[in-house]
Amino acid sequence: MADIEPMNGSQALLRALEYEGVEVIFGVPGGAILPAYDPLLDSPIRHVLARHEQGAGHMAEGYALTSGRVGVAMVTSGPGATNLVTPLLNALLDSTPMVAITGQVATSSIGSDAFQEAYTTGLAMHCTKHSFLVTDADDISDVVHEAFHLARTGRPGPVVVDLPKDVLSAPSRWREPVEMTLPGYKPASRGHQPQIRRAIELLEQSERPVLYVGGGVVKADAPAELLAFAEASNAPVVTTLMARGALPDDHPLALGMPGMHGTYTATTAIQRSDLLFSIAARFDDRVTGDPDAFAPDATVIHVDIDPAEIGKVRATEVPIVGDARIVLGQLLDELHRQRGGRGTTERSDWLGQIAEWQRDKPLSYEQPADGPIKTQFFIEQLQEATEGDAVIVSGVGQHQMWVSQFWRFDDPRRWANSGGLGTMGFALPAAIGAKVAHPDEVVYALDGDGCFQMTCQELATAATEGVPIKIAVFNNRGHGMVRQWQTLFYDGRYSATDLGGGAPDFARLAEAMGCVGIRVEHPGEVRPAIEKSLAIDDRPVVVEVMVDPDELCFPMVPAGGSNDDIAMRREDLA
Amino acid sequence: MKRTLVAIVDDKPGVLARVSSMIAKRAFNIHSLAVGPTQQPGRSRITLVVDAPELEQLTKQLRKLVNVIKVQELKQDEALEREIMLVRVTSRPTDRGKITDTAAMFQATTVDIGPASVTFSVTGSPDVLERFLELMRPYGIAELVKSGRIALSRDTRALRATG
Repeated sequence: MADIEPMNGSQALLRALEYEGVEVIFGVPGGAILPAYDPLLDSPIRHVLARHEQGAGHMAEGYALTSGRVGVAMVTSGPGATNLVTPLLNALLDSTPMVAITGQVATSSIGSDAFQEAYTTGLAMHCTKHSFLVTDADDISDVVHEAFHLARTGRPGPVVVDLPKDVLSAPSRWREPVEMTLPGYKPASRGHQPQIRRAIELLEQSERPVLYVGGGVVKADAPAELLAFAEASNAPVVTTLMARGALPDDHPLALGMPGMHGTYTATTAIQRSDLLFSIAARFDDRVTGDPDAFAPDATVIHVDIDPAEIGKVRATEVPIVGDARIVLGQLLDELHRQRGGRGTTERSDWLGQIAEWQRDKPLSYEQPADGPIKTQFFIEQLQEATEGDAVIVSGVGQHQMWVSQFWRFDDPRRWANSGGLGTMGFALPAAIGAKVAHPDEVVYALDGDGCFQMTCQELATAATEGVPIKIAVFNNRGHGMVRQWQTLFYDGRYSATDLGGGAPDFARLAEAMGCVGIRVEHPGEVRPAIEKSLAIDDRPVVVEVMVDPDELCFPMVPAGGSNDDIAMRREDLA
Repeated sequence: MKRTLVAIVDDKPGVLARVSSMIAKRAFNIHSLAVGPTQQPGRSRITLVVDAPELEQLTKQLRKLVNVIKVQELKQDEALEREIMLVRVTSRPTDRGKITDTAAMFQATTVDIGPASVTFSVTGSPDVLERFLELMRPYGIAELVKSGRIALSRDTRALRATG
């Protein structure tokens, strides 16, 4: 019997993690977590030694986002835990399933400002779905199983398990998880049938519907159900930053991303819609602009697993609380039931209007033959070279928006970025996590020089742990998106956005870290550099791409403005 | 506006902090707070009076806390509310009779008498306590402490049966 086998708390922890199917832990050891690192040597679980705990956290997120499994990070107390705060909040805002194991000072020292003590469950209060402090070694196994249950069910999110050092060393036991007693936790599953019926009635009456699809469709593994429902209802689909690829971009009903830097068609279709059918999206301010001017003529149907999202930003006529995959199945059944033998609704006026917008207001940029290089050009070249067969990870800012605009997404699990929190420094460590989840695929991080310098020490992790990712660093020698706002809204007064003319030399930095470094300065060098990077598979590759610092990201809706005032170019901004 | 919120929570360390910090996150002020055991072992009941324009979003956010089992806003007309107050009234010998007469009308209990003051314990709805204070204010209130408000919803079924 497993439950009488003598073991200590650390062994019970590892056993519980193994039972949960954990294949990799991203972490950094330290004093308080030391006991847990010992049985790790005897465990089949792989450990990836990050250079900084923030990196470990983002690796766990990249792993989780691209695999759908729970990402695990393990760090020590005090600074280990505080360094993990950013990835935890990032995971909370993007609903990424994650379990963080944090060391804690011995129970007798808690609250005494002991060496490397931090009030981790307090820190976790606003950056996790839930947190546990375990004070009895016998509870470790149950708590770990509860943590995984909470992380992966309902609206997924990060969960912290804080383990004092003496608890990790005390006699303990592992037992198979029994039925959990979490009376305050009842995640929704099926939508309320009368609401499903009402939603389909409205959809069938609608002349100008839009399916507004968010990241929850990806979390629920529902792209197939979305495709079936979109095609059956013949309604155009916009996919938010967290849902890119939930409907493939080459599908005739796919309009791309809506919002501040979305496509004209996606943003405007929502504005003109008479029915906004939101599926697991949360009406983020980057999507809505001024909420009072958002989709002014639309009746709103809102499907979400989290009741707190419904009605938060926009009054909702038909709220449906449930799991996106189950609800999409219910909606499809109900659609067929209401139609009987009738065929698909035509909506030729609406779809014709949309086709006209797509033709007249496409995404555009110009790549001068003699340079400077445009980030958009690199992205399109990478798409061609890989035929889209790559896992793409991005940082935050202009390049992120260009990736979302110009990469043709066809699978949302081959895309990771930091959406809600907008965490610069996410791309490189998240790409490491993605590559660990997908060792046989090309994992290409597309990053900015500002972002890259926040976590670039993780190049050493990639090199020494044998994780041959590729990373393009679009070097515009500054904080591009902040600079863009200074250009547009601060009369070109550039305050603290210049990261310096020539230093660092990222290609040489890459070499020093045990990676291959390639530097690209002219448009003609872009494709050969991409081909070269794709040919190298035994080491990480950094392609430093010197890009135009003055390139602006359009379309753009100024923050807080109406989405009707979408600007296609600088001259459109009053 | 002051609104009453009732939460049934796990009786565990840190749960009150999770609840109150969620309210802090919304930048609402907690006007009063009472926590105590319930009829069910392992469950505590938190009664909060919060200064907020509306509580719908906060209520939904509180429901997401794993240790929170139930949350409900109690509207004024459906709530039975009580507070207890200890109040020390400045009392010159000439006023003492009038003060104790008034206190008797409120069924206040005299808990301490000193050379220059009388201390009462008063229990009642927030309105009753406020009226008591109004009447005592002319004599001078030396010190005052109130428990947090506690509240139960009215038994509406019983009302329907008799109405």
